[in-house]
Formats: sequence, structure tokens, C-alpha cells
Amino acid sequence: MQVTLQKAFVKIDKEQCKGCTLCIETCPVDVLKISDRFNSRGYHYTEYVGDGCTGCGVCFYACPEPGAITVYKRGAIVDEEVLSEA
Amino acid sequence: MATTILKKPSTFYEVFTRKPDADKINTHYCPGCGHGKLHKLIAEAIEDLGIQDRVIIINPVGCSVFLYYYFDTGHIQVAHGRAPAVATGIKRVHPHSIVISYQGDGDLAAIGGNEILHAANRGEHITVFFVNNAIYGMTGGQMAPTTLPGMKTTTTPRGRDIHNEGYPLKMAELIATLEAPVYVERVALTDAKNMAKARKAVRKAIQIQVEGKGFAFVEALSACPTGWGMNPPDAERWINEVMTKYFPLGVFKDISDKVEPVKFERKILTPEDIKKAIGIDGGEITQVKKYQRNTVAEKYKNPKIKIAGFGGQGILLLGLVLTQAGMLEEYHVSWLPSYGPEMRGGTANCHVNISETEIASPLVSIPTVLIVMNRPSLEKFERTVKPGGIIFYDNSLIDIEPSRKDVEVVAVPATKIADDLGSTKVANMVMIGAYIGYTGILTKESVFDALDMMVKRKEFNELNRRAVEAGMKFVM
Repeated sequence: MQVTLQKAFVKIDKEQCKGCTLCIETCPVDVLKISDRFNSRGYHYTEYVGDGCTGCGVCFYACPEPGAITVYKRGAIVDEEVLSEA
Repeated sequence: MATTILKKPSTFYEVFTRKPDADKINTHYCPGCGHGKLHKLIAEAIEDLGIQDRVIIINPVGCSVFLYYYFDTGHIQVAHGRAPAVATGIKRVHPHSIVISYQGDGDLAAIGGNEILHAANRGEHITVFFVNNAIYGMTGGQMAPTTLPGMKTTTTPRGRDIHNEGYPLKMAELIATLEAPVYVERVALTDAKNMAKARKAVRKAIQIQVEGKGFAFVEALSACPTGWGMNPPDAERWINEVMTKYFPLGVFKDISDKVEPVKFERKILTPEDIKKAIGIDGGEITQVKKYQRNTVAEKYKNPKIKIAGFGGQGILLLGLVLTQAGMLEEYHVSWLPSYGPEMRGGTANCHVNISETEIASPLVSIPTVLIVMNRPSLEKFERTVKPGGIIFYDNSLIDIEPSRKDVEVVAVPATKIADDLGSTKVANMVMIGAYIGYTGILTKESVFDALDMMVKRKEFNELNRRAVEAGMKFVM
């Protein structure tokens, strides 16, 4: 089932995150934070606080890893599973 | 219609299977490295322009040497600094392809400084991304041509001293002074505003090539948190606050709306084209002739030959003919010339191996066969001959005799015999005849055929053959 997103959100693959914090630094609405936990490679990874993402995409371009951050803007049509991960 | 999902561009491999280590999802770059940011912008531009199957990326030497792990495009990994030269070659033979040269500052501004200036000056239709992090990142943070005055690096521990190390090279400004480049911009891979500008510049630089407009150059100030010893956000702040003072951002040249685009057609080579190009026009491949080897006495097998004499005596040709004949008889062969800058006079020597097994080194330091055609060569190389080896010397020119008692010595009045045949020039051929006649290492047939292949002036064929035969007759 596909759904149209009513609000934007950002998905971070914690295993692809190296904890450089550039996304946190650049986020204009301050909705990203560094996790207390770390991933399998020992990096404290970035987490989305769960609310408030505007879908501006600056974190996507701030992130040096190709696939660590995915930004879903409002109005994006996605599979339901994606939404459940949000 | 704006993109509603920002995700890993499809230009990247889904899984980095080319990476040899277990982690095939993440890049090899350090946390906060500018390379990843630029990779993403380039990948996105390639995806959006729909040119992925036409892109060939020239991988440099430096941290970004492994571009081919990540981009699902064509790649060539090249010698340090030579990316623009290779890019030139690729673009010239595949004008339809989109050739991207991606280089760091050590690569582009130091060892490859000459390459980039000339590629830019020729106006090659390539796109160059120049990643400037002010140091040699991969090797541990040494001073680069772009290191800022006073900046501490592992090789400038007290800071770059402009009186000793000179000033940083401003590559964008330098290239913008040239006539041919179409577009030159410097960007910074830092905050949101600068990333937006960088994104635009990357797209434009590739677009210019797609449109056939010419040479595009984007310099990207890029963080090296590891090399600079800073955390990633501080490193980016340092670029904005310090680095951009010396390397100002902006467009230094843009004549993209004034240049006349060149239309590049896709070249598709037919099998006939290829046959023509490699000289088998008509597609006929002649039957390869089989040569019979002589039975060679054990002590003359696998010779390591040094041939020496005056420049002009045909020393190198002597070696070439032996090598070529050896090849015809399907031996492993090597030929290594050594000579001074003079075309005539001076001394010349060459090293030849004719071997039943693979040759580890073409160098012959301890010859088993020494062929010398002047006295200085005999004096110089006699002592190097392996005990049990053999020396052939031209005793019509050399007025001394070899003194070694532990080697075979064959005196051949090669120049005298050649003169009697009509030209002293064929003394080298007499020596070939003497050598093959005495040792049986090569047959007359293969030497004659090798001569036909190696000697351009066919009017000498007859005389050369007679000289070889005379040399053989002398020793047999």
C-alpha cells in the first residue's frame, strides 16, 4: 500500500552513520540529535527526534555518506512500511 | 516538479561490492570528509542529467583513488596527477562520453600542475572537480601546494613559511586567466548555503560538457577533519572563516553563454574499422610462420648478451635483430638499449636476453655473451663476463686481446670482412653471423626474416644477408 505523506520526516540508517554530526550542525529546526547508543562500528549515530522535520533537505547534502540519510518531504508517495519506520 | 524524496542517488552502487573489506555499505572516508559530500553532488547531477551510461570518471591518486568502489559509471584509475592527460585521451576517442576528472590538491596542483594547465589551455571538453583540503590527506597531512601560510602540517611543523615554501597556489584563479576554459568556480563543501552553491556549480560544470561547450573546472574547498585534527563541524567552520580568506569563493570565469557548442557524435567502431586501424585491412590474417630451432649446446642456451661499441656501428640494431629472430623462434626475449644523447660517436650498448623460460629482468649485468666492437667497450665490460662465458670482439678495430682465461674468446675481423663486402656499415651483421654460426643459438632463416622486419631500407637487405653469411662462414 502506498500513502502520501502528510508531514516530512528524515530517516537515518544508523549503520551508515559515522557520527560526524554535520547534519545536526546544519539542521535549521534542530530536530536531529546524537544518540547515546552506538552502532556496530562504534559510532554514536544521529537520530531524528521524531517530530518537526520540514523536509528542507540540508542534512542530506551535509552528510558525506551516500545512503545514511533519506529525506521524505511532505507530499511524497511512499510504501506504508517506510511510514511505520518514521 | 520538485523531488519529494532525497535519497542515495542511483549513480552509486547499491552495495559497494568492489570494496575488498567486509563493510560494503559505507565509504572508506573518515567521518565528516568533504569527498563524500562532493561525491553525492556529482552522483545526483549525473542521475538528474540522465547520463550515467556515458560517464567515465578518471580516478586520481589520493583518498579518492577508490571512486570506482562507489560510482556505477566507467572508470580509469591513473598515475598521480595524470588525470587530465588521460581524460583528454578518453574524450578524444570517445567524444560522446562525459569525462570527469576528479582530483585532490596534491594530485592536481603539485605533481599534476603541468597536466591540468595544459588540458585547460587546450580547452579539452572535460569536467574537472578539484578537491582542495590544503594538505596531502591520504599520506598523513603533509604540506600541499595549497597549504595556507602559517598552517601547520606534518612537513611544516612550525607552519608554512612563505619565504621557504612559497605561497599557496590559487588554481581556480590561475586557470581562469587562460583563454580556453569556459567555466571556473570555487565553492566550499560546508554549510547549507555553500552546499547549495556547490550543488549548482557541479551541475553546471557537467552540463557544460553535455552541451559540448568546453572545459569546466570546479574547485571545492573540502574538510579533512582527520588531517587537520578538528572535529567535522569545526573543520567546516575553519573553511568558512579561514580558508575562504585566502581562497575566495565565487565564479572566476563563465563564458558558457558565449561559446559555440561542439556537437559530438557517438562513434561506433565496426569490426572493419578496427581491422583497418590495426593494419589488417580486408580482414586477412596471414598464417603465422613456424620456425625450427637449432639444437643448441647446453652452454650456449639462454644467453644473457651484452653488445657494445661506438654509436653508429649498429649496436642497437644488432641487438634488435637477435631479439626479433629469437621471438620468431618463440623464445622469451628482451632488449634494453643504453646510449648517450649522440646519434653518432659516443658509446652504445644493449642488453639482450634469449631464453627458454620467462625473463625476470631485461638487465644484463653479468653477461654470458659479450659482443664488443670497440676497444673501450672491451676494456669496460670484459671483467663483467660470467666465467665460462664467451666474448666476441672485432679484432680489426680492437688492437688488444681479451685477457680473461676463464672465458671463450672469438676474434672476428668484422669491420674488415664488412669492408671487403662493400661497406663497413654491415660489420654488425658480420658479428650476428659469427655469433649464430658459432653457437647455433638462432637459425639463419629466422635472422634473415628478422632483418627484413627490422631494417627499413630494403636496398641493404642483400648486403646484410651476405654479411651475416660471411660472419657465419668465418667461424664455422
